[in-house]
Amino acid sequence: MTGAAAVGLPPSAGAIAAARIDLASTSEPARTARRIGDVVLDVRNISLAFGGVKALTDISFDVREHEIRAIIGPNGAGKSSMLNCINGVYQPQQGSISLRGKTFRHMNSREVAKMGVARTFQNLALFKGMSVLDNIMTGRNLKMRTNLLQQAIRWGAAEREESAQRRIVEGIIDFLEIQAYRKTPVGKMPYGLQKRVDLGRALAMEPQLLLLDEPMAGMNVEEKQDMSRFILDVNDEFGTTIVLIEHDMSVVMDISDRVVVLDYGKKIGDGTPDEVRANPDVISAYLGTSH
Amino acid sequence: MGPFLETLFGGLMVGMLYSLIALGFVLIYKASGVFNFAQGAMVLFAALAMARFAEWIPKYTGLNNKFLDNAIAFVFAALVMVVLAWLIQKLVLGRLVNQDGITLLMATLGITYFLEGSGQALFGNDIYKIDIGMPKDPIFILEKTFQGGLLVNKEDLYAAVIAAVLVALLALFFQKTATGRALRAVADDHQAAQSIGIPLDRIWVIVWSVAGVVALVAGVIWGSKLGVQFSLSLVALKALPVVILGGLTSIPGAIIGGLLIGVGEKLSEIYLGPLLGGGIEIWFAYVLALAFLLVRPQGLFGEKIIDRV
Repeated sequence: MTGAAAVGLPPSAGAIAAARIDLASTSEPARTARRIGDVVLDVRNISLAFGGVKALTDISFDVREHEIRAIIGPNGAGKSSMLNCINGVYQPQQGSISLRGKTFRHMNSREVAKMGVARTFQNLALFKGMSVLDNIMTGRNLKMRTNLLQQAIRWGAAEREESAQRRIVEGIIDFLEIQAYRKTPVGKMPYGLQKRVDLGRALAMEPQLLLLDEPMAGMNVEEKQDMSRFILDVNDEFGTTIVLIEHDMSVVMDISDRVVVLDYGKKIGDGTPDEVRANPDVISAYLGTSH
Repeated sequence: MGPFLETLFGGLMVGMLYSLIALGFVLIYKASGVFNFAQGAMVLFAALAMARFAEWIPKYTGLNNKFLDNAIAFVFAALVMVVLAWLIQKLVLGRLVNQDGITLLMATLGITYFLEGSGQALFGNDIYKIDIGMPKDPIFILEKTFQGGLLVNKEDLYAAVIAAVLVALLALFFQKTATGRALRAVADDHQAAQSIGIPLDRIWVIVWSVAGVVALVAGVIWGSKLGVQFSLSLVALKALPVVILGGLTSIPGAIIGGLLIGVGEKLSEIYLGPLLGGGIEIWFAYVLALAFLLVRPQGLFGEKIIDRV
């Protein structure tokens, strides 16, 4: 129906429905079956400054297909700035970002979204007055083909499209286990569930690359476990490549394949969780060094 | 009881028209954060276009069917407002993305003067009539309940019905269509809307077009009541207290605020007027707005702004 086949890996309605059934049995073994592919996102020598403040200095790293790549670092390390560069919110002064071999420097969020990149926000940026269903439906915006006039006069094609999109969104709602809140305005939901809606809206875009900005910020342990499970499921079931920023070291080390560590806008470590854990620069950035 | 109800009805009818104009403000402010000072000028511009098209169509095409003439003129005037919306976005607001609210306000102030001037240059600066066949005769209702019945102005009644239908259509458009959903999304959060691929500039053109059509309907109703002339752009000043009362971000607020002010000014004129020496109708709305600013600055339904300190 939509371009699922054309773009390769993003979840289709069927896949999401299937994931729903598999949810109970998702566990470690499934993860080994996942095949890490070629580089899909290549960040080269990015520097970003706001006036005199250097947010990022000469950052390079890559992200491979199907992997979960974490960006960690203390407060103010430049993690969100990095994500905002990839997402097209900020334009870095130097360096380049290539997505599936296409290099871009001046692009706005909408154009990046069209290239199959979805994101969630650190401080929830949901449409507060709208219901859960409507919020996630907005994620289907790029898949809509009918025009304003057709929608206004309730043309048959517009109606059919709306219900087809609705089915996909219902699949996502089931997947994220928020069926009971379908019609609730998101502003009235508990914080942890709002984060899920944020993820749901991003998933509705059927992204190839999913950027998660502190998906577990402000959550309690139980909510963090739920969110980790959803992230792993998305990665397993749909093969979505994920770049995530997180503060909580234990969570990051558990779910990510490779980790980039930033501190004061510079890259101080890059590797598997174990490598990063053993890196003395990383330890000193997090714990402080004795002078 | 009779005079009270009569005044109440009168107030509700006028209030409905205030609501229409306030609605234009709210639509644009919600979607783009721009306080559109030009809303009044848009009413004037639209009404002038409507009045002159309705005059020119029979003159140049020889089509002498009042309903058709008016219908075609309305469609043309609506098209003019859509083109205007597109031009404003392309030439003015599209170049001021991410600027301060005050900068955008000043830009709309500029648009106001441009529209007032160019509207009169294009369409003439006389007093024009819009005759869409609104009945002028008053009617009496509830003659059994009250002695002599209640005097209701038929024209006002029609106007209120038109306004109510327009508001209902807008509500349907916003709630039930995919584009309406995208509009609400942009109103809630620009950044997030853009990240899911909603084109902000196209949405803004749509919003300004909708506000333009709302201005056209308001202009047609006021114009058929009072004639189309420069002072029409001043009715927008009456809508300012309405949006303060109802809240700048709330569509129901604009409607209820309009009704409250319409009713309030009529009732105060009748009941407080004799005590204070009359003429209350002129300033009542502004005093009410001032009181609201002191007590509840976000208005009845507006979002309370909570700043993180």
